[in-house]
Amino acid sequence: MLLRTKGAWFPAPMLATFALFASLPFWIKGVGLYPYLGVEVMIWVIYALGFNLLLGYGGLPSFGHGAFFGVGAYAFGLAQFHLAPNLWLCLAVAVLAGGLAGALVALFISHRRGIYYALLTIAFGQIFWFVAIKWHSVTRGEDGLLNIKRPAFLDDLNSLYYFCFAVFVLVVILLWRLVNAPFGRVLSAIRQNETRARFVGYHVWLYKWLAFVVSALIAGLAGGLFALAQQSAYPNVMSLHQSGFVVMMALVGGGLVSFWGPVVGAVLFFLARDLLGAYTEAWLLWYGLLFMAIVLFKPEGLAGLFNVRSKPAA
Amino acid sequence: MFEASRLHKRFGQHVVLEDVSLRFEAGRLSGIMGPNGAGKTTCFNLLTGRYAPDRGKVTFEGRDITGLPPRAIARLGISRSFQVMNLFDDYSALDNVRVALPETRARGLSMLGAFGGDTDVLERVGLAGKEKVKAKALSYGDRRALEIGVALAARPRLLFLDEPTAGLGTEATVRIAQLIAELKRSITIVMIEHDMKFLFGLADHIYVMHWGQVIAQGSPAELRANPWVRRSNLGQLG
Repeated sequence: MLLRTKGAWFPAPMLATFALFASLPFWIKGVGLYPYLGVEVMIWVIYALGFNLLLGYGGLPSFGHGAFFGVGAYAFGLAQFHLAPNLWLCLAVAVLAGGLAGALVALFISHRRGIYYALLTIAFGQIFWFVAIKWHSVTRGEDGLLNIKRPAFLDDLNSLYYFCFAVFVLVVILLWRLVNAPFGRVLSAIRQNETRARFVGYHVWLYKWLAFVVSALIAGLAGGLFALAQQSAYPNVMSLHQSGFVVMMALVGGGLVSFWGPVVGAVLFFLARDLLGAYTEAWLLWYGLLFMAIVLFKPEGLAGLFNVRSKPAA
Repeated sequence: MFEASRLHKRFGQHVVLEDVSLRFEAGRLSGIMGPNGAGKTTCFNLLTGRYAPDRGKVTFEGRDITGLPPRAIARLGISRSFQVMNLFDDYSALDNVRVALPETRARGLSMLGAFGGDTDVLERVGLAGKEKVKAKALSYGDRRALEIGVALAARPRLLFLDEPTAGLGTEATVRIAQLIAELKRSITIVMIEHDMKFLFGLADHIYVMHWGQVIAQGSPAELRANPWVRRSNLGQLG
């Protein structure tokens, strides 16, 4: 009866996702796209999967999650400028800074639910964004941190791509384990029935707090990778509309019913940006209409459309 | 084993419990009966930590547990079921009970271990063969049984059952009665119940509540002989 089976460790959607991204540099130019798109998508998939731990598994709507992505990006750059230009150190600082910011915010919101929770996350997200713009001596204001360097071994795009792929693989495997581990299953139980979870002995606040911290740690990691890839960190990534993108990715893809929903959502988002964006500047309008249609007619998202049952709920 | 003394509770200006004292002896099945609005469920909510009493004291095995949150009370070995069903609807019947297992609770913060655990609870509550059925897809009677199953999975020493037969037909009620009779041999049980025949057939001691107060108590035989209780509550016993 245990879930520790071969299938649960490496399910088919995981292997398909890995195969898709591992082979991407070999075929992406052939379909008229470019390899760096793969780097962007992987970074956002990491971010969206971490975000979906909160939304899809915990039922906790965070609409200001860009704050932790941004904190990670800034922390990466600042660590490189002021501590040491060491990739691992900078990534570790990005992860820790994201997690620390998340831990602090979660202290104030984990006793809330529903709309109050969502509003508080927006408020905190706006605070971080405002600080990023106004604390000029540290964040360099609206320009952000420029000239973040990549280490020599990541100078060519192919190396950068496969470095991000390695991190991506690690995060996907760890998150998949986490949602199938007692923590993930209890978190999901709390989403389904918080009252009953309390009455069988769970410290609900602690689980909500921890879920937020883990999610913010992953957002910090994604932010650090973003700063590495973009060689910059700027306040726009912390803005409300950027925070909205990750919500759309999770919901459109079907994060509420499938672990893999955010992967589908992030891929679709960037394809829409690049393919629709080639024809119209108003691509986001069309993507927004798609989002509305999905919320209205298929709230489970695209994963629900294909009846994907990767989430080990039953 | 479990004692509540002089409990008071009010919501705004409305007094819902007044000077309620109860004592539940180990190894017995105690019942609480009374009309709708008598304060029975509020009483359960006070005893299991959902609300803190305004005044009064609750002790379990000599320990003062007044005002402790539900999770702390659950960890002492006190479990409860609900009148309005409270299940993990998207989980299978098996996962519903697995979440409630003390082993899962102990390893709940583990982020890499396996979620599992074997249990005979579903067999005990008559849900063998329905392990993989989602809670929301079970019949009403089976959901009632699972409601008790989740409470049982925590391996309580004291089990509070809030109207376990609410909404059930005769056949399902008999099934729940057999289950509770079997549980009674190993667990101390406190039960709120509207079905008087059901309650009188199982309970060792019964408290009668009305208007937020305990107005009578005794064994089923004593209450049957009490003309006032009989007139006000036991019409359906015939």
